[in-house]
Amino acid sequence: MRALLLLAAIAAPIALAEPTAREVQDIHLRDFHTKGVVKKETVAQDGVQRICTLANDHPSAEVTKQLEADQMKTITFPSGSLMGDWKRGEDIAQSGRGMTFSDAPGTPNGGSCYNCHQMAATEISYGTLGPSLHGFGSKRGSGEDTQKYVYGKIYNAKAYNACSQMPRLGFSGTLTDQQIKDLVAYLLDPASPVNR
Amino acid sequence: MKRLVFLLVALPLCAAAQDAKKAIEKYQQMLSEGSPAELWELEGETLWKKPQGPKNASLEKCDLGLGAGKVEGAYARLPRWFKDTDKVQDLESRLLTCMTGLQGRSLKDATARLFGNADRPSEMEYLVAYIVGQSRGHKMAAPVGHAKERASYELGKKIFFYRAGAWDFSCASCHGEADKRIRMQDLPVLSEPAGAQKAYTSWPAYRVSNSQLKTMQWRINDCYRQMRFPEPEFASEATIALTHYLAVTAAGAPYRGPGTKR
Ligand code: HEC
Ligand code: HEC
Repeated sequence: MRALLLLAAIAAPIALAEPTAREVQDIHLRDFHTKGVVKKETVAQDGVQRICTLANDHPSAEVTKQLEADQMKTITFPSGSLMGDWKRGEDIAQSGRGMTFSDAPGTPNGGSCYNCHQMAATEISYGTLGPSLHGFGSKRGSGEDTQKYVYGKIYNAKAYNACSQMPRLGFSGTLTDQQIKDLVAYLLDPASPVNR
Repeated sequence: MKRLVFLLVALPLCAAAQDAKKAIEKYQQMLSEGSPAELWELEGETLWKKPQGPKNASLEKCDLGLGAGKVEGAYARLPRWFKDTDKVQDLESRLLTCMTGLQGRSLKDATARLFGNADRPSEMEYLVAYIVGQSRGHKMAAPVGHAKERASYELGKKIFFYRAGAWDFSCASCHGEADKRIRMQDLPVLSEPAGAQKAYTSWPAYRVSNSQLKTMQWRINDCYRQMRFPEPEFASEATIALTHYLAVTAAGAPYRGPGTKR
C-alpha cells in the first residue's frame, strides 16, 4: 500500500505534466485563428506530420518506407518535357513570397529555395537548412530520370525522405506545375547560372 | 554596446553621403538622445505611472509575481503561475490582467493595439520595454515548482516540436540544428540552453527594420507567420507555454535586454 502511494506520488505530476498528442493538437486548434490566406484547420496535423512529430523525425525503417510510398502517390508527373524556362525558375527560386497570413491573396507564390539552399554562385545571400545545389545539373546530368526526380522532389519532398524539413511545394498548392518545371530547368539546364 | 550596434547600422548610410562631419554630428546627437530601446523604456515608465481607464488608476500596483508594484527583477521570473487567475502568465498577458482589473478597462480597449508601427505605436510595447529593462542583470529564473508551471513547460516543449501547416514546419525546423541560417540570418538553437540564453536574454528588442520595440509575443507571432501557420491568439495558452519553455531553457543567464536587432 505504501509503495503504491509512493508510486502514485512520483507518477502523478509527470502524468499530469505531459500532454498527449491529441491534447496538443486541440490546443493548437483552439489558440490559432484563420487570417488572410491561411486557414485555421491547417494547424491540425496530417499523417506525415503526426508520425514525424511523434517519432522525432525518425520513424522506423518500415514506417518510413510506407510513408514515402503514400506520398509518392500524391505526385502526378506531367507528360512531355519537364524542363521549363530556367530564367523564370530563377525568379521563383529567389522569391520567398506567399502562403503566409500577411500575404495578399492572388499574388504569385515563390519557392523560397534560396532561404535554404545555395544555388547560383553569384547569389551570396543563401540559407543553409538544405544542402548546396550549386552545380546540381553538372553533377547529376539533365536526363529524363534526373528531371523526374527533381520534379518529384519539389512537388513532394516527403516522397523521397519521409520527415524531410523541405516543404511539399506542389502538394501544398504553393507552386504550379509550370513553376516546378521552370525550377527543374533552373537546376538542370547547362546554361542556368546554377551550373556555371 | 547597444549604442555601438546603433552606430554600426547608422554609419554606412552616412558614409554614402561622404560627409564625415555630418556623421559625427549625427553620432553625437544619437549619444545624447540615447538608444531607441531606452526611449521606449522611458515612455513605458510614464505610461506605467499614468492613471487611465474607468477606475482612473495607474498600473503601479500591478503584481507581476513579486508582489504588488514590485517591478525590479520581475521579468526574469516570468512566465509563472498566478494565484488570482490560477493561470501561468507571461508579461504581456499579466499586463492585460492589470489593465482590465486595476484600471477597469475592457479587454477590447486593452488589446486595441498590441503590435505598433511607426505611425501608431503600441502601449503594450512601451510598457514591456520599461518592465524588462528593470530586470537587466537579473538571472533568468522562470519557475517550474507549481504543477501548472510544469504542465505549461511540458506543453511548450511539445508545441516547439509540433509539425503542421502547409509547409510542415515546427520551431525546430529552423531552430533545432546548430550553425544553420535562412538567407543570411543566423538561426539560434532554442531547445539548447546556450542558444536559448543568448536569444531570450536579448528579447524583447528594438528592431531597426520595424523602427519599433517588439515583444516576445510579437517574435513568436512573426515566426508562426514565416512558418505558414495560421495566426496565434495573443497571450494564448499556446504562446505562453512556448515562451515558458524558452524561458526555462534559458535559465541561469543574466537578462541583458531590451536588445537591438536588425
Ligand atoms: C525549409 C527548407 C527548404 C526549402 C524552402 C527548400 N528546400 Fe530543398 N531541401 C531541404 C533539405 C533539408 C533537403 C535535404 C533533405 C532531403 O533531401 O529531404 C533538401 C533537398 C533538396 C533536393 C535534393 C538534393 C539531392 O541531393 O538529392 C532538391 C533537388 C531540392 N531540395 C530543391 C529545392 C528547390 C528547387 C526548392 C524551392 C522550390 C527547395 N528545395 C526548397 C530544405 C529545403
Ligand atoms: C521558417 C523558419 C523559422 C521557423 C520555423 C521559426 N523561426 Fe524563429 N526565427 C527565424 C528567423 C529567420 C529569425 C531571425 C529573424 C530576424 O533576424 O529578424 C528567427 C528568430 C527567432 C527568435 C529570436 C532570436 C534572436 O536571437 O533574436 C526567437 C526567440 C524565435 N525565432 C523563436 C521561434 C519559435 C518559438 C518558433 C516556433 C513557433 C520559431 N521561431 C520558428 C525563422 C524561423
